[in-house]
Amino acid sequence: MSILHTVNKSPYEKNSLDSCLSLAKEGSAVLLIEDGVYAALKGAAKEPRMKEAAQKIKLYVLGPDLKARGMAEDRVIEGVEIVDYAGFVDLAATHDKVNAWL
Amino acid sequence: MKFAIQVNEGPYQHQAADSAYQFTKAALEKGHEIFRVFFYHDGVNNATKLTTPPQDDRNIVNRWSELAEQHNLDMVVCVAAAQRRGIVDEGEAKRNGKDAENIAPGFRISGLGQLVEAGIQADRLVVFGD
Amino acid sequence: MSEEEMMDDEVVKKFMFVNRRAPYGSIYALESLEVVLIAAAFDQDVSLLFSDDGIYQLKKGQETAEVGMKNFSPTYRALEMYDVEKLYVSQTAMDERGISKDDLIVEVEVLNDEALADLMDDQDVIFSF
Repeated sequence: MSILHTVNKSPYEKNSLDSCLSLAKEGSAVLLIEDGVYAALKGAAKEPRMKEAAQKIKLYVLGPDLKARGMAEDRVIEGVEIVDYAGFVDLAATHDKVNAWL
Repeated sequence: MKFAIQVNEGPYQHQAADSAYQFTKAALEKGHEIFRVFFYHDGVNNATKLTTPPQDDRNIVNRWSELAEQHNLDMVVCVAAAQRRGIVDEGEAKRNGKDAENIAPGFRISGLGQLVEAGIQADRLVVFGD
Repeated sequence: MSEEEMMDDEVVKKFMFVNRRAPYGSIYALESLEVVLIAAAFDQDVSLLFSDDGIYQLKKGQETAEVGMKNFSPTYRALEMYDVEKLYVSQTAMDERGISKDDLIVEVEVLNDEALADLMDDQDVIFSF
């Protein structure tokens, strides 16, 4: 069984990312969307937490949401994969269920 | 694969309605089936045809209606949530003694059982909200 | 015809309702509870998880007269009548907020993060509000 977790909140405003990461099991995936994409950026306070998480879970970020917010792809933490909406659909299909951390 | 989509927020205030639309569109383009799009909480506001955004902005309500027409989408608005927020079709208007209806084309008002049924019948439920 | 009768087969799925928000400040808690009651009527295997601020939904002694809103907390006590008996609460959320089991209006099972992660993994569908 594997879960695709989606996080749509900035980790600098809400605790959704932390709550999600503390319950995401090995083999599951986290997709950052909407304001959640701010967690995917290098040189920011959440980078160490994300790198630690990347050891056991797959991390993704929605490209269109990054782009809309003026964040170039080269600012994304290594190990976080960028996907588009079609990729989001694929992730939802390849995991057993989707858990939205609203 | 059969997807069910749940939309918890209204148009414009949060990105949730946009994300849900983009996801639904991408899933359809990839050949997946959308079992149902269910609008709950303030999400019911996606269904008001009285929406009049500025011309240079997207029309979120029309966009849903068009997608529904193109793909024969089942778009359901929760009746209890809709009643609280003033989204009514002709039947609901009559039943509740209102002199107007405002539901946009392609949407229908029904019970929460439709969300539960979507959870049962679809392979995946994807929730968009705030 | 009732919605229940409209179901043409008898699939039973494990439904988990994740409650992460406090009551009254927004409508999510109340409207989430409305879905739970319907899911129970459909004879699904329903679990409720209260984590983060969601644990405040279960606080004893809610009195809403002065804010002019409906106190819906008694509904949690009625869940048993709908055969909704799997109520789980996050230990982490309780500790963070200084809330103990005695503060809660219903009997719950308190789980640590690891047990919660396993429980989530075991579900078929996760509803978030």
